[in-house]
Amino acid sequence: MLNYPFMQNAFAAGTLIAIVSGIVGVFVVARNMSFLTHTLSEIGFAGAAFGLFVGWTPLAGMLLFTSVSSVAVGQLSSKASRREAAITSISALAIGLGILFLSLSNQNASSATNILFGSVIGISRTSVVQVAMLALAVIVVIMAVYRSLKFDSFDAVGARVAGIHGTTLAIIFLVALAFSVSVAAQIVGSLLIFILLTLPASAAKYFAHGVGSMIGLAILFALIGVWLGLALSYWTNWPVSFFIAVIEVLFYFIGLIFNRFTARN
Amino acid sequence: MASNETHPKIDPNGQPDSQLTEDTIMTVDKLGMKFGQKTVFQGLTFTLKRGEFLSVLGENGIGKTTLIRILLQQLRPTAGEVSFLPSRSQVTIGYVPQFRNVDTEYPLTVKDFVGLALHDHLTPWWSKHEKQRLNQVLHETDLTRIAHTPLGRVSGGELQKAYLAQALIRQPQLLILDESTASLDNNMKFELLDLVKQYQQQTQAAVIFVTHDLPLTKKYSTNFLLMQPGPYQLGTIDQLNETVLEAAHA
Repeated sequence: MLNYPFMQNAFAAGTLIAIVSGIVGVFVVARNMSFLTHTLSEIGFAGAAFGLFVGWTPLAGMLLFTSVSSVAVGQLSSKASRREAAITSISALAIGLGILFLSLSNQNASSATNILFGSVIGISRTSVVQVAMLALAVIVVIMAVYRSLKFDSFDAVGARVAGIHGTTLAIIFLVALAFSVSVAAQIVGSLLIFILLTLPASAAKYFAHGVGSMIGLAILFALIGVWLGLALSYWTNWPVSFFIAVIEVLFYFIGLIFNRFTARN
Repeated sequence: MASNETHPKIDPNGQPDSQLTEDTIMTVDKLGMKFGQKTVFQGLTFTLKRGEFLSVLGENGIGKTTLIRILLQQLRPTAGEVSFLPSRSQVTIGYVPQFRNVDTEYPLTVKDFVGLALHDHLTPWWSKHEKQRLNQVLHETDLTRIAHTPLGRVSGGELQKAYLAQALIRQPQLLILDESTASLDNNMKFELLDLVKQYQQQTQAAVIFVTHDLPLTKKYSTNFLLMQPGPYQLGTIDQLNETVLEAAHA
């Protein structure tokens, strides 16, 4: 399996995506941003379709759309009372725009399927380099603000009193999240990005109780999902995103059961 | 706030205490706050010295939390000013709120939660010195036994102790407790405030305690600020008697 260059590329990109998703995902879950992440993935779909429409790569279009809109969406959804309605309306607009750009670009149905659900075959050596650079950028940014981000994500009240500027930190994180969404979409597709950005971290919080250990475990869960998903996809010819989804959901349910068991004891 | 010697009488008119000493950590001068047309309070003036324990009393909605938010610089007052001595950047403030976003699934351990406040360094891991400080504050607040328990699974009293420990880890010169004992049983209330008193005696920190609880106020405070419609009342704790409280409710 690993003799084929496209599988080597898929494993390399998948590994990088799993690492970034594990790190960023812990903060996504702590900041209750799972729904927002889902919206960013739909914005990513619109961006990728726009990229095809204007003759760019889908990744370039995704980066443009998610980066520009992430801060706006974050601000719009800052009030809990209107969060759901604001995010839903933006999701609707993004999906509508994505369909429009795909239609205008005269691309065939397989382009749409690749953007929405990901494709193992579509990952070239150049894509791996792009993913590596973006992943590195996200990790550097997160590490630069790690302690403040940790404080603000897990105890916003305490962080405010300690003088941490929550708005600046939120903007930095949203841009890092936008980059992560664009990176993760390369494997699982824009519709299923939130699998990797939320489920491994959501499962990890039931087994680990420090931020570092949660990140480690979330990376491990994401890696197992991506590696096993790629292998199963290769052997069965079924979509990789299906296997990743099933594996990550399994981890999450095992986490829930484990939590119930330990809470009772 | 003046000491017993410098402030012998209840000040019903909110006159400023002009006696700043080297012990003064904060001055509040003619502070006023309005939301739209509604005046929450006005002309609030007092000073706070190191080692003082000031209880802030008053009915719900009278502006106690608004005052605290102004002191924490989360709200800008519409009149007057708050000054810290020698300067705001040189006064570390610890804050213990009544509530935080901690539910039963909150994942971090007590130790990791308390350690969140160690946010100054760039390294993702704690230094040896930070670990020592963390263990010390857990010991002082009697949390060592449950240091590795997820915060979502501890009792209400232990939760408040963890909030207190997080506030104390940076060794604040001013500690603000915002109704921190309101949801606790009687024993736990005294246990928590004994810890606060112990820290205060060790460090000469000033404490502001927002509360409705008179027995606690009388046992631990040196001074009180009674917020009420009309002129507020300031005084030493021995001046807090039924007459003052009845006047407040009149």
